[in-house]
Amino acid sequence: MSPISGLASSRLFLSELSVLFRRWRTWAMLVALAAVPVLIALAVRFSPNRPPSGRGPAFLDQITHNGFFAGVVGLVVSTPLFLPLTVGVVSGDTIAGEANLGTLRYLLVAPAGRVRLLVVKYLAAVVFCLAAALAVVVGGTVAGAALFPLGQATLLSGDTIGPGEAFGRLLLMSLYVAVSLLGLSAIGLFASTMTSVPVGAMAATVVLAVVSQVLDALDQLDWLHPWLFSDHWLGLADLLREPISWTSFGENALLQLGYLALFGALAYGRFTTKDILS
Amino acid sequence: MSSATDGDLQTAVRTSGLTKRFGRHAAVDSLDLVVPRGAVFGFLGPNGSGKTTTIRMLLGLVSPSEGHAEVFGEEMPEHIASVLPRVGALVEGPAFYPFLTGEANLLRLDTADLRAPRSTRHQRVAAALDRVGLSHAAHKKVHAYSLGMKQRLGLAAALLAPRELLVLDEPTNGLDPQGTREVRGLIRDLARDGTTVFVSSHLLAEVEQICTHAAVLRAGRLVAQGTLEELRGSARHRIELRTPDSERAMEVLRQLGLQAESSKSGMLVAEANGAPPAEDIVAALVSAGVRVRGFAADAASLEERFVELTGEGFDVAD
Repeated sequence: MSPISGLASSRLFLSELSVLFRRWRTWAMLVALAAVPVLIALAVRFSPNRPPSGRGPAFLDQITHNGFFAGVVGLVVSTPLFLPLTVGVVSGDTIAGEANLGTLRYLLVAPAGRVRLLVVKYLAAVVFCLAAALAVVVGGTVAGAALFPLGQATLLSGDTIGPGEAFGRLLLMSLYVAVSLLGLSAIGLFASTMTSVPVGAMAATVVLAVVSQVLDALDQLDWLHPWLFSDHWLGLADLLREPISWTSFGENALLQLGYLALFGALAYGRFTTKDILS
Repeated sequence: MSSATDGDLQTAVRTSGLTKRFGRHAAVDSLDLVVPRGAVFGFLGPNGSGKTTTIRMLLGLVSPSEGHAEVFGEEMPEHIASVLPRVGALVEGPAFYPFLTGEANLLRLDTADLRAPRSTRHQRVAAALDRVGLSHAAHKKVHAYSLGMKQRLGLAAALLAPRELLVLDEPTNGLDPQGTREVRGLIRDLARDGTTVFVSSHLLAEVEQICTHAAVLRAGRLVAQGTLEELRGSARHRIELRTPDSERAMEVLRQLGLQAESSKSGMLVAEANGAPPAEDIVAALVSAGVRVRGFAADAASLEERFVELTGEGFDVAD
């Protein structure tokens, strides 16, 4: 790609982001995600009993010691359903949403270029994944700081870290979550090239996220587990060790890139040959 | 320069054997179109006759099942990247992001065009909005636009950059008579500047006044193509005669090679293709002693010709 067309494509990417973030739907989803750790923190703060350790979501009992854990619990709780749900909405909407509005034909006639549009759409969905994870972290940190002390945080390895580093770990965890959703976003993109009904593509994507986790919970299918895109979704706790255990992060990233390659290729094959009748 | 390229200087759009099948149904069937450069080309046919599918193939949105479509001598959809920046289009009605303003919608479309210079983007968007009379609504969100305003915004999108070819699918849909007149004026202006305009319609009257050429489509097949004069010329001529001497008149007409019939209203009517000029027919009748009380010779109007070619004017072809 020449520098000029590269620059022009980055403009289209910025335009894509502005369309995504000028929709109230996008903000409604981000606010809902931010509300998850807020609700958890409020429930813990105003419940007469302290949460028992070893029951409920991981790290729930830690919140009262350190508000920093509100964000951690928020990520752990949102990962199985809320995050895939919002990512399914955004990635399923990428192409199908434009087709449904009819704007797809005008973008292609402009001409935006089908490959260029597909890449820009995917990148915007990735930005949303990161924004979604950050929304949870921001909601958690604000609620945690308001309701609980923010002091030294005790890690899984027993070491303690200061509040600054703890926030750094939270940001790292949101990056982990965003990377975890790369595969699902690619699946959503592919589903989105198959239809001009965005709700269909969204539903298909979310259903696959649930199916993957159900399969991941069946011990009889343990040979399949390493191949499921949700297999490492809850491995983010490894980032709470000292030193950080990067194994989950690396394996997860590799797995997600594999899904991206597969479903990216499928989306490319489908979209570049598709008759645009919407 | 090859001879093919020389020919292309004269032709904006050329299709040969262009066919699109959806399943077993051929939406467009062996279409051979030639749109000369600088023409205002009326693409006519009832709803469902394959006009929009043809337009989608010309714009590379749909791949032909068979045959070829060339725009400026370049095969579509293979050469989309070099052809489409020279083409402005309105396809099957306007479509915009309802949650963005009219201006923001146009800015986005212009950003999508790799060749559109960014330095002049805002200026060109403002000029396009002004040209279609939407400057006052530039900062309104499109969901607040009326159908006619959306249609105008669609035209503005097609006019974001100087275009050599404009493809306008039913451009007057949703416009009031005043808006329709304005669109006709706009097309005339563009044509005067040398832009080739390919305009589809199911209403002949909408385009008859501005077209230099036309093609008529029926159930996916081309049934007529040429300059407007040629199309008029191929129309049926006929004569009508009012006389009390029917027997004798029919005899005279037969000698002139005309097969006359009595119509319900008591007139004698005859197909007059290739017949002698009207004044000679009248002279022959009068000299044979036929009392001519009324005589008319006329070509069927283009409208009648259109209805004749396409079947019922408003029927959806199946």
